Amino acid sequence: MSFLPYAVAAWLFVIGLYGIVTSRNLVHLVVCLSVVQSSTYVLLLAVGYRTGGTAPIYADISPSKEVVDPIVATLTLTDVVVEATVVALLLALAVQAHRRFGTLDPNEMGALRG
Amino acid sequence: MSQRARMVVFGAGVLGFAAVLVWGLGGLPDFGDFAGRYGQYLAQHSLPERHATSSIAVTTFDFRGADTLVEEFILFTAAVGVVALLRVERASEEVPAEPEARRRPTARSGALRSLITAVVAPTLVLGINIVLHGHLTPGGGFQGGVILMTALFLVYLGGSHLAIGRVSPMAAMEASEGVGAAGFALIGLAGLVIAGAYLENFLPFGGRNHLVSGGDIPLLNIAVGLEVMGALLIVVAEFLDQRLLMREGKL
Repeated sequence: MSFLPYAVAAWLFVIGLYGIVTSRNLVHLVVCLSVVQSSTYVLLLAVGYRTGGTAPIYADISPSKEVVDPIVATLTLTDVVVEATVVALLLALAVQAHRRFGTLDPNEMGALRG
Repeated sequence: MSQRARMVVFGAGVLGFAAVLVWGLGGLPDFGDFAGRYGQYLAQHSLPERHATSSIAVTTFDFRGADTLVEEFILFTAAVGVVALLRVERASEEVPAEPEARRRPTARSGALRSLITAVVAPTLVLGINIVLHGHLTPGGGFQGGVILMTALFLVYLGGSHLAIGRVSPMAAMEASEGVGAAGFALIGLAGLVIAGAYLENFLPFGGRNHLVSGGDIPLLNIAVGLEVMGALLIVVAEFLDQRLLMREGKL
């Protein structure tokens, strides 16, 4: 099943994208975007995995033990922070959109302002 | 565009995307066979060279410290952006920028209050623990900062507010965010002055697997913890203000 993590990443990406395309609510859309972004966590961590490897934390393992890649973990941390900021800013924009259009449905916003 | 036309476009796009994705993923090493040398090099050198056991923390704050500096400022900018989007617009339309009865107790449930009173202190200790042990075990400033933010937010949810002398909680959080962001940059600057390169370590590495080890990594973790806690609380507080103003009928 060596392809399974990659398949999960691809599935999360596509299903999140589907949610964005069919979304009827901006808050729902932002959550779908975070689903898309979570696929990148799975992909990054899957790429760095080594069979039999453990977490690269040497507090209680011998330094010669095989470990997974620490760089992908660092990149995933960056990814999480970026997602948090993107979600915060998009939700603030959703609040603004709701004030201007009186609705959170992206379809109706288009109808109002052409 | 009608819903149906949209689905047709989406379907065609997804099929094309899936084809490219399968092609691209086919070129990746098999799951578990990653042979990147750089990561293994960093993992093997973090304990001998930095005396910190978490090679992820060493990678984040030392070997790739400049990335983390920028990452921290992304969060800083986002908090400023949320404030700008929500507060500035409010202030421009003769609506108060902040609700009058700020942080008014919201919950009047005794059970909720008791529960939260019981949970706040352990959460706070957990957050501090995660921040301080960031260079030894999984965790660090980003993770611990989120937990610290949760602890302080629980106080608000429980219907109390934090009194820090005469300073309002928001001002304290803004200070925390600023001190955290500036602290990281200044620690980097100290490295430039003392050790000769920006973010270069300038402190003794300490004993292996000790709480005080890893050079300046614990300090950077504390700075990040303060920054994350402040930034996230500011963001949450701005959304709450928005909600309070809406409920008061001023928006």
